[in-house]
Amino acid sequence: MMAGFKRMDSGGRIDRTKNLSFTYNGKPRSGFAGDTIASALLASDDLIIGRSFKYHRPRGFMSAGLEEPNGLFTLGTGAKTTPNMIGTTTLLEAGMAVRSQNAWPSPKVDVMAVNGMLAPMFSAGFYYKTFMGPFKKSWMFYEPIIRRAAGLGAATIDQGEARYDTRNSFCDVLVIGAGPAGLAAAITAAASGVRVFLVELENAVGGSLLSSRHLELEAWRKTQADAAAGFANLRLLLNSTVQGIYDGNQAVVSLGANRLEIIRAQTIIYATGAFERPLVFDNNDRPGVMLAGALRSYLNRYGIAPKRRAVIVANNDSAYQAAFDLSEADVAVTIAEHRAVPPVDLLAKAARLGVAIFAGSGVADVLGGKQLHAVRLAGRHAVTIECDALGMSGGWNPSVHLTSHGGIKPRYENTIASFVPGGFAAGQFGCGAVMGCFGLNTCVHDGNAAAVAALTFIGAKLPKQMVAPPIARDDTVFGIAPVWQAAAGKSKGFVDFQNDVTLKDLQQAHQEGYESVEHLKRYTTLGMGTDQGKTSNINAIGIMAGLRGVDMAEAGTTTFRPPFSPLTIGAIAGRSVGKHFRPTRRSPLHAWHERNGATFIEAGLWQRAWYYGWAGQTADAAYIKEMELVRRGVGIADVSTLGKIDVQGPDAAEFLNRIYVNGFAKLPIGKARYGVMLNDDGLVLDDGTTSRISETQYYMTTTTAQAGEVMSWLEYLLQCHWTELDVHVASLTDEWGGMAVSGPGSREALQLAFSDVDVSNEALAYMGVKDVSFGGTTVRLMRLSFSGELAYEIHCPANFAQSLWEHIIKSAEPLGIKPYGLEALASLRIEKGHVAGLELDHRNTLDDLGLGKMAAKEKPFVGKELRWRENHMTPERWSLVGLELMEPDKKLRGGSILFAATDEIKGHGRGYITSVTWSVELQKFIALGLFDGGLKHQGEEIIAAFPLKNEQVRLKIVSPHFIDKQGERLHA
Amino acid sequence: MKIPCPYCGERDWSEFRYGGDASKQRPAHGTGDLDTWHDHVFLFENPKGPHTEYWQHVLGCRQWFKLKRNTATNQISGKA
Repeated sequence: MMAGFKRMDSGGRIDRTKNLSFTYNGKPRSGFAGDTIASALLASDDLIIGRSFKYHRPRGFMSAGLEEPNGLFTLGTGAKTTPNMIGTTTLLEAGMAVRSQNAWPSPKVDVMAVNGMLAPMFSAGFYYKTFMGPFKKSWMFYEPIIRRAAGLGAATIDQGEARYDTRNSFCDVLVIGAGPAGLAAAITAAASGVRVFLVELENAVGGSLLSSRHLELEAWRKTQADAAAGFANLRLLLNSTVQGIYDGNQAVVSLGANRLEIIRAQTIIYATGAFERPLVFDNNDRPGVMLAGALRSYLNRYGIAPKRRAVIVANNDSAYQAAFDLSEADVAVTIAEHRAVPPVDLLAKAARLGVAIFAGSGVADVLGGKQLHAVRLAGRHAVTIECDALGMSGGWNPSVHLTSHGGIKPRYENTIASFVPGGFAAGQFGCGAVMGCFGLNTCVHDGNAAAVAALTFIGAKLPKQMVAPPIARDDTVFGIAPVWQAAAGKSKGFVDFQNDVTLKDLQQAHQEGYESVEHLKRYTTLGMGTDQGKTSNINAIGIMAGLRGVDMAEAGTTTFRPPFSPLTIGAIAGRSVGKHFRPTRRSPLHAWHERNGATFIEAGLWQRAWYYGWAGQTADAAYIKEMELVRRGVGIADVSTLGKIDVQGPDAAEFLNRIYVNGFAKLPIGKARYGVMLNDDGLVLDDGTTSRISETQYYMTTTTAQAGEVMSWLEYLLQCHWTELDVHVASLTDEWGGMAVSGPGSREALQLAFSDVDVSNEALAYMGVKDVSFGGTTVRLMRLSFSGELAYEIHCPANFAQSLWEHIIKSAEPLGIKPYGLEALASLRIEKGHVAGLELDHRNTLDDLGLGKMAAKEKPFVGKELRWRENHMTPERWSLVGLELMEPDKKLRGGSILFAATDEIKGHGRGYITSVTWSVELQKFIALGLFDGGLKHQGEEIIAAFPLKNEQVRLKIVSPHFIDKQGERLHA
Repeated sequence: MKIPCPYCGERDWSEFRYGGDASKQRPAHGTGDLDTWHDHVFLFENPKGPHTEYWQHVLGCRQWFKLKRNTATNQISGKA
């Protein structure tokens, strides 16, 4: 007879009137409302539910909670697939499609089980030694095969219909865990009137009481649940898992698979409980072997019992409760007790219930191939007992995961033979089992005390009443004799069930010199599965301490990091997917571009018109026609993305004089000037034009890329340092739109559009600025040129931008005006030799860019002193050059690495190409670049290498000003 | 981490930008030689513990201010 479980006719927290049908690996199954996937499968006698990670050994459920290492499932199909769902905590739903993982074709017949026969190969460090050792290339070959064979469930790449979201909330007291201690803490805190959140990962409050069969305890649980529900200021979050604790008492909570809540709390009370610890003995992973507390949970909570006989093996007092409960449910029970002399009261109760106790005995081996059918004891009683289930208990490990997230290491506590929180950050408190209090009475008092401490911390008044415990007796003492390993070592005794790490692996790691727990983890992969070592870490530390002959405290502890349990990537991403990953910025002319055949390109956050359909169907074809339009006729381009800053105040002139390297104090009203600003380190920050509108008002433009940075920098100087200056700055980047009208025909176009404004060369000379009234708003005409042609920039409030743009196009229609896009805009400026974002990389000096002469000699300006740093003065600096392609049949590429003609083509070279374009004027490829020594090498032939395509081409270094070197067109 | 903005009150850190060490005095405009500016721009203490620093409420009122923050614990002890 195989081991197995049966569903009882009564008992448990399930609703036997509500049948839920589901499928398990495609086969029909049914359970009841209130079942988890695990309890439904156990009741269906599906004892083997998966194969282990490395050896593909058959595995069953080991626990009834979140710590479950074996029972992971993939739920759903197609786009609705969710892998690695924990069967012991996931509630059963009608119609669920449950699939086992890491087993093919099925958990009972698994082709990879051959790994079990090759076991010696898969010992600690096997992957690294074999595949990453002397023949490193073999790892490249084997890795995909190993990964496929070893996968823990696969995520879907389909988008699916699932919606994910994140929300934020705030509270005064956040209580994590709604067991007896957490319930008491939350109720006591709520009674004072402060805002309390109580977060519980189960679907009901009560914690360990949910697994009890005592009516008076259930009555107490219900009373407290009602009391908690009665507070308007207490919010209960069920089915919610705190995944991480961050600085400033911030908790990240997953609510089901699709939602994340970020809670910012004044205080946090940890009532996170404890996980039962397995014992390490041979074949302790056979299906049918479970934690003792899990047997009790399945019995009392889900009405599922071992068919006839159970054995409990323990070293502590708590396991007796499972034995007694099973006995009361008419299951024959035998206890194997490591301690030679168990407590008298437990012995007496066992005798009363007819439970046999083999004291001074542990488990030597588990018999049964695919699943347990008998247990062989060793020690004082070396007997073999046939049984359907084996419950093991090595003690309890406080759930110190969350308390460690802030970097506070757990501390070993002898009285419970495990680790408790090593301290708390400010405003954090703990109570109950996580603090090592395992008695019910003690837990409730501890919860009350934690609430008082939290209320005191935030200065709230204390409530008159505390929560009274269900039983009033002293239960502070917990009896345990630590047992870290019981394995004889002939077969496999598992320490980490999920990652298949055995006692032998730890012994081997120790022999090879891995003593630190952190090294041990990485070498053996212990504790690195989705269960984060909840059942394995402390046993591993105990075993290592034994091997090294040191005590637990010296053996060390491990670091826990978020997330506490597996959660979906979708929940973390929330709504920040696709185009919502970051904001999209659109120009006020965006809709017009869309309607008029523009193809868009991303430039930072901006969507910019790249080129227009009238000029061609590809960027390469279109930008050349658009360039020709500007060089020979007139075009109009959207420049709304430029940073625009209004600078006002009596000291505005002095302010600009300080931040720009060139002078602005004497700039006449109605004139614009090109300016460059440096960082404090003497390197170029940004460039742009600034116009003087009045005695006390300037209008600054910055590059698109640096708009935010420059604004913040100006505010920093004014608010933190130059408080004596009476100046205000305001960003108009979003408030104003801008357009460039460029080309020999641009003046005529402007005259047609603004028929009553004098735009003659005399009235609006080069760098002239004029505010005019148009259509009920102010329009700023500025004779500026980025392209090198006669050109104007016209800026106006954003909501007028489109009507103005359409008006200009309509008025200048007889001139053949057409829009040109970003590609042409950027190419025109390369021909002209204007630097832009690609050259301004925060590493160039003024001289690197050929702008040294702009800097004022007398007046001080930001960055003036450090401009003369030794490193800035060396002759080998990479400086701006123009480049012409010497091989007409070849192509020039941006990003190419530059070499001298005699250099070996290897390494980082002597510079690189920043911007490249086809020149419509020169009818060849030209480029701007940064080259070692810059224009000192003018006229020399060099080489541009593009290793990605294995290309090399010959170039000539020329002046970066490819056209109109005298600026005649600008002044035309 | 929550940061107290002098105008807007406590807000999440993600609304702010960090502006560096505020314990040093910036040389007055137009004063200081190359060495003075070199030390000011490049030489910083890197304390584990209390630190006075600049922050800007960049996604709010855009006010720059000084803050005392413990770099080891992210505890904020108020305006500097």
